[in-house]
Amino acid sequence: MHLVEISDLEVSFPQADGVVQAVRGASFHVDAGESLGIVGESGSGKSVTCMAALRLLRQPPARISASRLNVDGTDMLAADKRKLASLRGRVAAMVFQDPMTAFDPVFTIGYQIGETIRAHREATKAAARSEAEALLARVEIRNPSAVADSYPHQLSGGMLQRAMIAMALSCQPRVLFADEPTTALDVTVQAQILQLIKELQAELGMGLVMITHDLGVIAETVDRVVVMYGGRVMEEAPVDAIFDAPQHPYTVALMGSMPGLAPGRRLVEIPGGSPDPSNPPSGCPFHPRCTQADARCAAEMPPVVRTGPQAQAACWRLT
Amino acid sequence: MSVIGTEQGRVSDLVHPAPPPAPPAGRQRGPVWFAWKRFSANKAAVAGGIVLGILILLAIFAPLVTKTGPNQQAFLTQALSPPSAEFWFGVDDLGRDFFTRIVYGARVSLTIGFAAAFCSILIGIPLGALAGYYGGKTDWVVMRIIEIFSVVPPLLAAMLLAAVTRGGFRTIVIIAGLFGWVQVCLLVRAQVKAYKEKEFVRAAEALGASPGYIIRKHLIPNAVSPIIVGFVLAIPLAMMLEASLSFLGIGVMPPTPSWGQMINTGMNFMYFYWHMAVFPTAALAITVLATTLFGDGLRDALDPTLKGT
Repeated sequence: MHLVEISDLEVSFPQADGVVQAVRGASFHVDAGESLGIVGESGSGKSVTCMAALRLLRQPPARISASRLNVDGTDMLAADKRKLASLRGRVAAMVFQDPMTAFDPVFTIGYQIGETIRAHREATKAAARSEAEALLARVEIRNPSAVADSYPHQLSGGMLQRAMIAMALSCQPRVLFADEPTTALDVTVQAQILQLIKELQAELGMGLVMITHDLGVIAETVDRVVVMYGGRVMEEAPVDAIFDAPQHPYTVALMGSMPGLAPGRRLVEIPGGSPDPSNPPSGCPFHPRCTQADARCAAEMPPVVRTGPQAQAACWRLT
Repeated sequence: MSVIGTEQGRVSDLVHPAPPPAPPAGRQRGPVWFAWKRFSANKAAVAGGIVLGILILLAIFAPLVTKTGPNQQAFLTQALSPPSAEFWFGVDDLGRDFFTRIVYGARVSLTIGFAAAFCSILIGIPLGALAGYYGGKTDWVVMRIIEIFSVVPPLLAAMLLAAVTRGGFRTIVIIAGLFGWVQVCLLVRAQVKAYKEKEFVRAAEALGASPGYIIRKHLIPNAVSPIIVGFVLAIPLAMMLEASLSFLGIGVMPPTPSWGQMINTGMNFMYFYWHMAVFPTAALAITVLATTLFGDGLRDALDPTLKGT
């Protein structure tokens, strides 16, 4: 049994003028101790997938369906509010994109970390507080007691993201969802945070789901990659395979558009823009921008084909 | 021109940068400090606060600053005498020291003001938080209730209610609370509505917090500034309502001293014994003005974005 198992996940948001189909049949899994990267451009449905996995989307307006949506053996679609609340933070935790807004501005960092601890198990305020300091020290914050006494606005983005990670790890979750954890940070701090997440993941044997649009982040941190586009999974493969031999034309194009160090190489952009989620293209969502598309691509969504060990892709060209 | 980093040029620092240092201790200034700074720059608000403070102290220590009890007819022979060194505000028609009456009147007025404001937030906070957080049907129902309360003229409704219940202290508090919560409710609702979309609420959800917990522990504490402002601004409204009802004879019943009641009595003597009407009116005006100035100053200090609204 996989730690996180998602099959045929569909998420849509009914609007006054139609339905926004954010995720249209995504499937993947994560095992304990494994790290999975989800890449895709804005609007590809990667964040929504992650939110849906923890049932963090408000229903309504969101509509979620899946043939399987399991986290640590719990069917998330069947779980009631109480079950979900006890699961979140304890079994599965999440690190958000912008640490500046992910803390409540009126409480100190120490209090907020302690709050998470106290939400999931019996602990006195003092005990939770000293545990919070230990956690802050663990995420390499030098002066944990001063930081625990600080309000969010008094700390830098990098510090807050460390504190956010400390908070997410406070109840030793089995799987950590990181939704673009480094997007709001400068490049030097990014590297430190990624290093920290990687180390802690190995140390705690957690499953990790890293959501990003930054291929550099993926290359550094994960074992396996899921490439999403237009709410669908285009390709899934071990990280080396994705970089060395991408199979799907979209992945190939994505790699081509990544800035490299080779002198004189022009960046190859992907023509066109990402598809309109309220009116997605028929067939393969990538066909309007794909250089190798033909009539069949526009008519029918290609099946998922195996392309190697642990690797699969959805493209007619590979069948 | 110096090249950045050559002074202490250790390459290892660049490859494995040390974690950033913690902010220096002792320079930690909370939001309260900034609010205090903004508040103290507002002269009118500070003056209002000082006057209100003095009035509260006078009301609390009334027996110490007056020579007789409020209902004691100790100076019957000098009834209706004008202000003098002995009787600062004169003596009323029933031979009671008017300064004593005014000071004890502050007790009634302030107690009703604070109690009613407390009632207002007691009703306004939960309704505002629920409407703001859940939206949809809950919001619709709360907003319709608010509309009902805002189309009814408070004084007329209060007169009706007071006439039905025969007035009295508790009734006035309840009536004033019933008409004062709308403002608090709207302020809390707006704040909760704005904050529930913030990422920290989603973060709290992702870490296992229930809606009730989020409302109680994160959304209401974030709405504390509008709650304080709503509380303080509800006080003068309640005091005015009490004075109006007492003036009309359906508020606080005599002999309990109430400014509204005293204005009513004073009206009959106004052309001959001016002090009977002027002092209670001035007391009411000063108290309401001081509270309003203080409340406005608090609003500007606690939430600079609301300034001038």
